[in-house]
Amino acid sequence: MRYSGLRVIAEALTGHKGWKPVWRDPAPQPDYDIVIVGGGGHGLATAYYLAKEFGQKRIAVLEKGWLGSGNVGRNTTIIRSNYLLDGNEPFYEFSLRLWEGLEQDFNYNAMVSQRGIINLIHTDAQRDAFTRRGNAMILNGADAELLDQAQVRAMYPFLNFDNARFPIKGALMQRRGGTVRHDAVAWGYARGADSRGVDLIQNCEVTGMRIAGGRILGLETTRGFIGARKVGVAVAGSSSRVMAHAGLRLPIESHALQAFVSEGLKPFIDGVMTFGAGHFYVSQSDKGGLVFGGDIDGYNSYAARGNLPVIEDVAEGGMALMPAIGRARLLRIWGGIMDMSMDGSPIIDRTPVEGLYFNGGWCYGGFKATPASGWCFAHLLARDEPHPTARAYRFDRFLRGLMIDEKGQGAQPNLH
Amino acid sequence: MIIPHPLLGPRDAQEFVYLGDASLMNRPDGMTAGIEAFHDWLYQRDNPAGIHRELWYHEQGDRSWLVVTRNTLTHEILGAELARDVARAMGRTK
Ligand SMILES: Cc1cc2nc3c(=O)[nH]c(=O)nc-3n(C[C@H](O)[C@H](O)[C@H](O)COP(=O)(O)OP(=O)(O)OC[C@H]3O[C@@H](n4cnc5c(N)ncnc54)[C@H](O)[C@@H]3O)c2cc1C
Repeated sequence: MRYSGLRVIAEALTGHKGWKPVWRDPAPQPDYDIVIVGGGGHGLATAYYLAKEFGQKRIAVLEKGWLGSGNVGRNTTIIRSNYLLDGNEPFYEFSLRLWEGLEQDFNYNAMVSQRGIINLIHTDAQRDAFTRRGNAMILNGADAELLDQAQVRAMYPFLNFDNARFPIKGALMQRRGGTVRHDAVAWGYARGADSRGVDLIQNCEVTGMRIAGGRILGLETTRGFIGARKVGVAVAGSSSRVMAHAGLRLPIESHALQAFVSEGLKPFIDGVMTFGAGHFYVSQSDKGGLVFGGDIDGYNSYAARGNLPVIEDVAEGGMALMPAIGRARLLRIWGGIMDMSMDGSPIIDRTPVEGLYFNGGWCYGGFKATPASGWCFAHLLARDEPHPTARAYRFDRFLRGLMIDEKGQGAQPNLH
Repeated sequence: MIIPHPLLGPRDAQEFVYLGDASLMNRPDGMTAGIEAFHDWLYQRDNPAGIHRELWYHEQGDRSWLVVTRNTLTHEILGAELARDVARAMGRTK
């Protein structure tokens, strides 16, 4: 069923009785050409593009819970392409371009809102670094603007410009950045994939891999064995657990990241703002809640919930930047499990097992990557060669000294 | 989280800096180990869901390194030893 304005009106006049379930709920077939493990944003996008752009058939997505129950439905919904390094920026700009056409492409309202993102500047050195980053963005076809203090003040007069430690001197702005309704991204890709014949199989946890002669034959699951010619794993925070079934260790640690939503307030933050020095970022949802967060909790975790010290730290950052936030009450806090890689950048690559492919290491920034990640993973799965924008996302970059370390932190995942 | 420091008793985890998997103590010998062994030591992790032995540094305390045993599924801390003692038990001098 195609969605349109006309359809909404027609349904409104007939008591909304014509809407159908958005996807089927099929039982697994005995085998498929391509099986994607993980029904999050990346897995669903991969299946969608495999079917739509790369002409593949007999595809399934296996999800241990329900579609979108992982990080795709837990993130703070920010999209941007404001990276510095050559390995990253073309990929994230490709992703932003896909976001710009996504709703028309998959005929679903994902509320893509290019409301602009600013990264605050506090020192001359930081202005130099952000100028360089802005230039790198522009060289890669993205947009970037340097704002002075007066321009930031005009946008957000209530910020604490004279904070003794971090006075606000300006900002790097990307106007095309913004937010997207995260659940709708999962649902839109799921519907698009399903309507092209992809089997979306929920409550189906992968518990083992059948490998013989160095080649993947299929997957052991809670719904029985499912054969596969190729398997693509895109399970975010569970990457190490799933790849261990193939006997592989990864350059990844799992860490908890928390998110916060306040009660609904009148609109007063119309873009996205990051206060990196204070470990705090914020935007305001269309329902009025302030959506904000800060650092990961900083130690290995699979608990999908964080601890109080980070909550205190985030609250302090918020108070330092915008004291008005102290009047707002917190409605909800939750956590998700991040696949933190050793250089803070992702991996989209083959593995030593023939027919087994891996997509992960997205850290706390994989939502914005969803369209390009799906596209590039589909490209790799269908053609057995990397997409031009994802060439650098290889496993062996650590062995060969070709890390993509935006922050220059080294092999210390909790600092990326 | 409260870490039971072997010398100082229960301490708030906030006083510590987290490094990661305790296997980082087993750095290969730079003169004999190959590049692959170094790569595996520095970049590859078991990253288990469950019991994890990990290095915490008591920066805002007595500056000792601890090996803490913790459950990554529940955050429950099961024990803490001085990293020095762990190294000596492995036959190292420090
Ligand atoms: C609090 C928070 C805030 C964030 N904010 C942002 C942001 O503002 N911008 C941004 O770009 N990114 C953000 N991120 C990161 C982003 O959400 C993730 O990087 C991204 O969603 C990961 O990809 P995914 O959607 O495919 O993951 P997921 O949705 O987690 O999908 C993985 C799926 O695999 C399934 N799975 C796991 N194991 C198995 C198994 N054995 N068998 C079958 N299925 C399995 C899981 O159930 C899950 O549904 C944030 C994350 C969190 C937690």
